[in-house]
Amino acid sequence: MKLRRTMMFVPGNNPGMLINAGIYGADTIIFDLEDSVALSEKDAARHLVYNAMKSITYSCEVAVRINHISTPFGYKDLETILAVKPDLIRLPKAETAADIEEIDEIITAAEIKHGFLPGSIKMMAAIETAKGIRNAYSIATASPRMVALAIGGEDYLADIQTSRTKDGKEFFAGRGQLILAAREAGIHAIDTVFGDVNNEEDFIAETTRIKEMGFDGKSVVNPRQIKIVHEIYTPSEKEIDHAQRVIAAYEESLTRKSGVVSLNGKMIDIPVVKRAQRTLAYANAVGKYEGGETL
Amino acid sequence: MLQIIQPSQAGTVESNDILIILTPVSADNGIHVELTSPVLKKYGRQIKNVIQEVLLEQGIEAIHVSANDRGALDCTIRARMMTAIDRAKGEEELG
Repeated sequence: MKLRRTMMFVPGNNPGMLINAGIYGADTIIFDLEDSVALSEKDAARHLVYNAMKSITYSCEVAVRINHISTPFGYKDLETILAVKPDLIRLPKAETAADIEEIDEIITAAEIKHGFLPGSIKMMAAIETAKGIRNAYSIATASPRMVALAIGGEDYLADIQTSRTKDGKEFFAGRGQLILAAREAGIHAIDTVFGDVNNEEDFIAETTRIKEMGFDGKSVVNPRQIKIVHEIYTPSEKEIDHAQRVIAAYEESLTRKSGVVSLNGKMIDIPVVKRAQRTLAYANAVGKYEGGETL
Repeated sequence: MLQIIQPSQAGTVESNDILIILTPVSADNGIHVELTSPVLKKYGRQIKNVIQEVLLEQGIEAIHVSANDRGALDCTIRARMMTAIDRAKGEEELG
């Protein structure tokens, strides 16, 4: 099971952060060439990320957030960065399937040019506008390289003309549509960053909320946020125990050829079994359980 | 051989970084590297080697390089040199 509980942004023009990015335990690090880099330093960040990726072996998934291809920087970002084979290209401000299709073609050409396995460089898209949300499913399915959709917070809120609230009402529609599009497409859904890094209480509340909505993970901006997200995403002993009982009861019913399965008086049907299998596979992936099927 | 046509700079004096300043010189003056670094005694030769490698790769045979190192790794030195050279060639993207 591929985990993307945390995708940590790392400013592309900061050598110290780039060098140390792999040590904090994020599932994915995202080297950023976009918003965290001043316009006058786009060339410098591109060279720095290229050289860091060429010489440092990172133990986690490595993504690069390029500038949008409608800016003067996007194509140069791709030309430079694809040569060092990132695991993922993250496109910001995706609004149409055409954005994804064009980048897919550029990646395909780069894979041939550099002798990389065809299809080995994946893509994800951040959706940051109402138009992007409306097109989320077609964006998600525009290329077989697509592995995730993310919602980009501040730009999205500006576009739909609202602002942050404590309980996240402003994201209700966007998150809801994004998770449905990602699930239908069979790819990951990643939530936006929570920028107030000293407000742990609200960060925990928001991460819990998006996990309950079905999101697979969250973008983070500070290494301190990683452990918190991972704890929230780790199945509890109680959940693992319950999942094991569900599976055991189900398997017993199969042996008996009994049509109806129940556990402690509650009927167990196939969706319950699937959820239990997912819990055990997830617990296995985070190292809390040995066994279970690999999903 | 590539002729550097304008002065340029790249990098910063933040920790782990290196500030590179390139100044054009006439072709017969060759390459001159002026390095400041807290690890000059231990790594000065290595830092200069990286700088010269990048210059050679780019076909530059005459240049004055002022490098103010703040503990940059080789990959950072290479990156800052590449940026400074592009800028000296007039290839920065936003003028």
